[in-house]
Amino acid sequence: MAKKVFGRPKSLKEAIYHYCPGCGHSIVHRLVAEVIDELDIRGITIGVPPAGCAVLAYNYFDVDMIEAQHGRGPATATGIKRSLPDRIVFSYQGDGDLAAIGIAESFHAANRGENITVIFINNAVYGMTGGQMAPTTMLEQKTTTTPAGRNRTLDGYPVKVCELFSQLRGTTYIERCTVNSPASVNKTKKAIKKAFQCQIDGKGFSLIEILSPCPTNWKLNAIDSCKWIDEVMSKEFPLGVFKDNLAPVKKTGEADPC
Amino acid sequence: MNKILMSGNNIIAEAAIRAGCRFYAGYPITPQNELTEYMAEHMRNVPGGVFIQSESEIAAIHMIIGASATGTRVMTSSSSPGISLKQEGISSMAACELPGVIVNIMRGGPGLGNIRPAQGDYFQATRGGGHGDYRTIVYGPATCQELADLTMDAFDLADKYRTPVMILADGMMGQMMEPVIFKKPKPRKYSEKFMLKGAGAGKSKFIRGLILDAIEMEEHNWKLERKYKIIVDNETLHEEHRTDDAEFVIVAYGTAARIAKGAIKRLRDNGMKVGLFRPITLWPFPELKLRALSGKVKNFLVFEMSTGQMLEDVRLTLQGYANIEFHGRPGGVVPTPAELANVIARHYDKKD
Ligand SMILES: Cc1ncc(C[n+]2csc(CCOP(=O)(O)OP(=O)(O)O)c2C)c(N)n1
Ligand code: SF4
Repeated sequence: MAKKVFGRPKSLKEAIYHYCPGCGHSIVHRLVAEVIDELDIRGITIGVPPAGCAVLAYNYFDVDMIEAQHGRGPATATGIKRSLPDRIVFSYQGDGDLAAIGIAESFHAANRGENITVIFINNAVYGMTGGQMAPTTMLEQKTTTTPAGRNRTLDGYPVKVCELFSQLRGTTYIERCTVNSPASVNKTKKAIKKAFQCQIDGKGFSLIEILSPCPTNWKLNAIDSCKWIDEVMSKEFPLGVFKDNLAPVKKTGEADPC
Repeated sequence: MNKILMSGNNIIAEAAIRAGCRFYAGYPITPQNELTEYMAEHMRNVPGGVFIQSESEIAAIHMIIGASATGTRVMTSSSSPGISLKQEGISSMAACELPGVIVNIMRGGPGLGNIRPAQGDYFQATRGGGHGDYRTIVYGPATCQELADLTMDAFDLADKYRTPVMILADGMMGQMMEPVIFKKPKPRKYSEKFMLKGAGAGKSKFIRGLILDAIEMEEHNWKLERKYKIIVDNETLHEEHRTDDAEFVIVAYGTAARIAKGAIKRLRDNGMKVGLFRPITLWPFPELKLRALSGKVKNFLVFEMSTGQMLEDVRLTLQGYANIEFHGRPGGVVPTPAELANVIARHYDKKD
């Protein structure tokens, strides 16, 4: 008899994504759903989708959800988590949502050390509204509102969320990953799992930034989009763990295990 | 039950806690800081109580949205400029049918304005304030006792109609001290089916304001509108003071109504038959009751601490039925009863 080795996660509804082919949102949705299944927290999880391409995430995730206004996800998530501290609460946000209009809400939720998880999709543009400049747009990158390329003098610099937030004493786990190859997808899943585990263990604020292809607005095909992440985006936004207060703290006098 | 002497801002906070409010978020702004501070001090002693000093008024309203979605009784408070910032969330609450109480202790405006009592936010409060086709139930209390009673009632109405309710008072009401009795709160009636608590083993739910299909969105708008009609039919409140034999009636709410009562006393002492019609719900406006009064009184004067906002509702109600005069002091000026009495005496002589 055939053994089932791959299937739809329980935490994803039987629905067809509206995302463009090659879009990172689809992959990350799946990873989050798999993690929710594996941690067996579907019944106690409440998600907060953003305004952005993921605005319809409640049609995909089979967990309780409340859609936030643009950028306000971490405030809404704070309200949920403080009311129901034993539930698992995540906010899912794009770069415009988190780092432009919602920077105050995300920054202060992080600074308060809210015990929530933020899934942060950095695709260097405003996807939903048609490819305008985002706070994370690369210098020189052309968008519909930077037709001559992002100009450092006029438009400022790409905002580095992991670098900034890891400076806040309220944050516990912060990692930047990508989903442009099978290996990086696996790595991202591990990071997401770690972030949710951090919350389950009551350890505080976790944020996973995912460099995520937007072939439609980058005007590249799916394969070239993946390459662009390697060759351009990850140079500005280096991958890695920026904060890990989960690592067991060594007691003084304890010998290093060798 | 004992009377307790408290200031308006503290009364609202205490009444909210007694009514079962267990989540408050707010951002400091004068003249309502005592409310926020009272919540900070007292929420922590209530089992399950949450107080958050948010990073902005925007964050505060979205925090109470999250908490309300879980089924918790929620409140936020601010003063005029901060209420402008909350409008995004108030519109969301109306759209998503989430209950919650929003307090506006008005100050002088527009812009940063000043911190003196004013009534310039009537339009914003009663016309919805934020974007989209929606209404907010608005109470305009005029005494400390009403602050206590209406705050409790606001939570019940918010639950009953699953909609945001605003308490619209001003800096004077917030600072004023009067003895009050806190009534016994009613047991809460709010169905679990509206609460997001995690799907458990069952079906997941979602709450959203986004409805992309125009026909569906239209249907949602009409559904809300049907609810607002029921509110109009059932929830208007007003007070009539010495209108039995009145030949001239002042229409005023909140602090302005208090001043009007002082003026009426003086005018009556001088033989002028003046009464007061005081809307308690500003939306829904007690239109039918006011029009009924115009059956026997033909001379009205609207008095507001603004350039004339409720005046429009009175005109919609009375135009063609009675004469309507107006006296207003915007910008944080609180006129005395003597000033108002003089104004009315002038009009009284000219009345039909
Ligand atoms: C208050 C407000 N302003 C603007 C918008 C329009 N809007 C919707 S999504 C969005 C930006 C989306 O970009 P991002 O957050 O990067 O997410 P993406 O679509 O790229 O996933 C904007 C500007 C809105 N919904 N609300
Ligand atoms: S526009 Fe970009 S972010 Fe939005 S669905 Fe398409 S590829 Fe994804």
